[in-house]
Amino acid sequence: MAPILTVESLTMRFGGLTAVKDVSFAAAQGAITAVIGPNGAGKTTMFNCITGFYRPTSGSLTLHHGGHGVALHRLAGHRIARAGVARTFQNVRLFAGMTALENLLVAQHRTLMASTGFGIGAVLGLSGYKAAEQAAIRRASTWLEACGLIDRADDPAGSLPYGAQRRLEIARAMCMEPVLLCLDEPAAGLNPRESTALGELLRAIRDGTAADGAPPCSILLIEHDMGVVMGISDHIVVLDHGGKIADGTPAAIRADDKVIAAYLGEGDEDEDGVA
Amino acid sequence: MSLARTRRPALGVALRDAGLAALIAAGLFLPMVGLRTDVGPTGALFLRTRWTDVLLLMLVVFAGRFLVRLWQEWKTERRAPGFSQRIAGPLSRSGRFVAPVFLLLAVLLPVLPGVGRYELDLGILVLTYVMLGWGLNIVVGLAGLLDLGYVAFYAVGAYSYALLAQYFGLSFWICLPLAGLLAAFWGILLGFPVLRLRGDYLAIVTLGFGEIIRLVLLNWVTLTGGPNGISGIARPTFFGLTFTVGGGPGSFAEFFGLEPSPTHRVVFLYYLILALALLTNWVTLRLRRQPLGRAWEAMREDEIACRSLGINITTTKLTAFALGAMFGGFAGAFFATRQAFISPESFTFIESAIILAIVVLGGLGSQLGVAVAALVLIGGFEVFRDLQEWRMLVFGGAMVLIMIWKPRGLVGSRTPTVALGEKRAISASMVAEGRG
Repeated sequence: MAPILTVESLTMRFGGLTAVKDVSFAAAQGAITAVIGPNGAGKTTMFNCITGFYRPTSGSLTLHHGGHGVALHRLAGHRIARAGVARTFQNVRLFAGMTALENLLVAQHRTLMASTGFGIGAVLGLSGYKAAEQAAIRRASTWLEACGLIDRADDPAGSLPYGAQRRLEIARAMCMEPVLLCLDEPAAGLNPRESTALGELLRAIRDGTAADGAPPCSILLIEHDMGVVMGISDHIVVLDHGGKIADGTPAAIRADDKVIAAYLGEGDEDEDGVA
Repeated sequence: MSLARTRRPALGVALRDAGLAALIAAGLFLPMVGLRTDVGPTGALFLRTRWTDVLLLMLVVFAGRFLVRLWQEWKTERRAPGFSQRIAGPLSRSGRFVAPVFLLLAVLLPVLPGVGRYELDLGILVLTYVMLGWGLNIVVGLAGLLDLGYVAFYAVGAYSYALLAQYFGLSFWICLPLAGLLAAFWGILLGFPVLRLRGDYLAIVTLGFGEIIRLVLLNWVTLTGGPNGISGIARPTFFGLTFTVGGGPGSFAEFFGLEPSPTHRVVFLYYLILALALLTNWVTLRLRRQPLGRAWEAMREDEIACRSLGINITTTKLTAFALGAMFGGFAGAFFATRQAFISPESFTFIESAIILAIVVLGGLGSQLGVAVAALVLIGGFEVFRDLQEWRMLVFGGAMVLIMIWKPRGLVGSRTPTVALGEKRAISASMVAEGRG
């Protein structure tokens, strides 16, 4: 399958600490790629490089979209988002004092802003903006519906229960119409039923059936909940101590000795080798 | 039985607390009130003691603290919804009617019976601060950027008009937009270096910026006249008609066949500032419902999330600074034309502090709250003029009371900009204050 994102020898150093070293993998188009690994393996650091919150020390990140590659490692944070990479956060980052609907409209800032003539036309009340806003509200509504939040559309995001906040964050990311959705531990803090529902939602997003008019979207996720990861992933990348130790289908990963060792610990004689 | 047991400690706690407060009061008032130097009949200074006054003050503090403590204990015992919570609902619902009533009063003020020159001047002063409050509200209330140097833009606007009128003879109506543009330019200039700063650091830099502008105005004597200021600034005209006291050809009074009166100009200035303030309000309210305003509020709530949604933080912050500064510049140009004299004295830090106090007391982001706070602070300050030096005490006391009663300002709740169903106010506890 054609890749949507290729990561090539990505290295991220913080002073003397190498959080990610020489990681290469490709996330396939139209697939769910999971990045797993023990705590401190460098998963979130790698995520922050991909989404532009850190600038990688070396290596390259390429987003393949519309027939040409975009070098993400050269773009500023907000430009990466505009290139088509949306993300959620490990600890939910919603606009708590704004309603669920407003949160989704902020996500469509760019299209709305262009339709206002960068603010000037809108203040003067030119008509183009009204239609654009209606379209934005319609899109927000379909995503609220897809995430089961349509009844809470006018409630402040901060007042929603935790599981709903997680779903709203995904809806907000999807309102940007991304080509790659990056999820940082989307199932953290969810109960088993919510986790199952989340798995279904993610699969629907991948296939483009989650909401009306939503194109299929590739997904890259970090997750600790093995039930969710094994259930929905098409491809899994395993990190440990900043390096990639395995890369393959869920069945292959489950049987991989190095992965089992990383999660369950190794024999005494191997300890020295790792240290 | 159990009631008595819970009551008694409450009384004891209140007594002890009140005693402590009285002691603190004694410490404060003994030197400040108890001792006073007066000039004796021979011209020599002598020390007069006023122990009874100190005792009275201590008693007042004791009784006040005792009652407050007792009331607090009683309230926690009842666990009933507080007074402020009970009236919050009706208050926010009445907001819908309060704003039009205020607007009607403001429009009709010059023709109301009993309104003279003094009341109109006071109205102009209050409206100037309403406008400044609304302008700062864009920066502090919506974008969540704490700006302690807002008066700098007020000064830039005022000096822009004064200098352009003096050196190039431009009229007020040409200078007004120019003053706004220049202030916006300085807003962007301030915005660039502070883009990465947040919270306290941002506040300090903006404070410094305000002082820099004032010091430049004070020391650039060849251009600004330094501490002497600029006098004889041209007055505004009404479509080319002047407001000369003597009437005469080409004057407002002559054209409309009215008896020449100095009130005409005051009424004109009043409506001018009212229009400018309403323009500020209109633009802010409109922008709030637009992507730009939403991006400001989103930035106040969470800057990192904004970045992940493709919002350019740099331009969003700069537009907030520029727009806020522009309205400050408009207000400054108006100030210059009203006073006909400006000097750096008018643009000290205390002005920034008052404008910020108006925004904070009114409620960050609330247009109505800011207007009411300006009316209370500026109008109230004038009303209590008879109290002489005590009015500072009243002023400070009122501010403390509002902050205890409503920590998030008079109108702390936020109205959503868009809704599928009915718009319901969002309680202040949800809304972020912004840390830079």
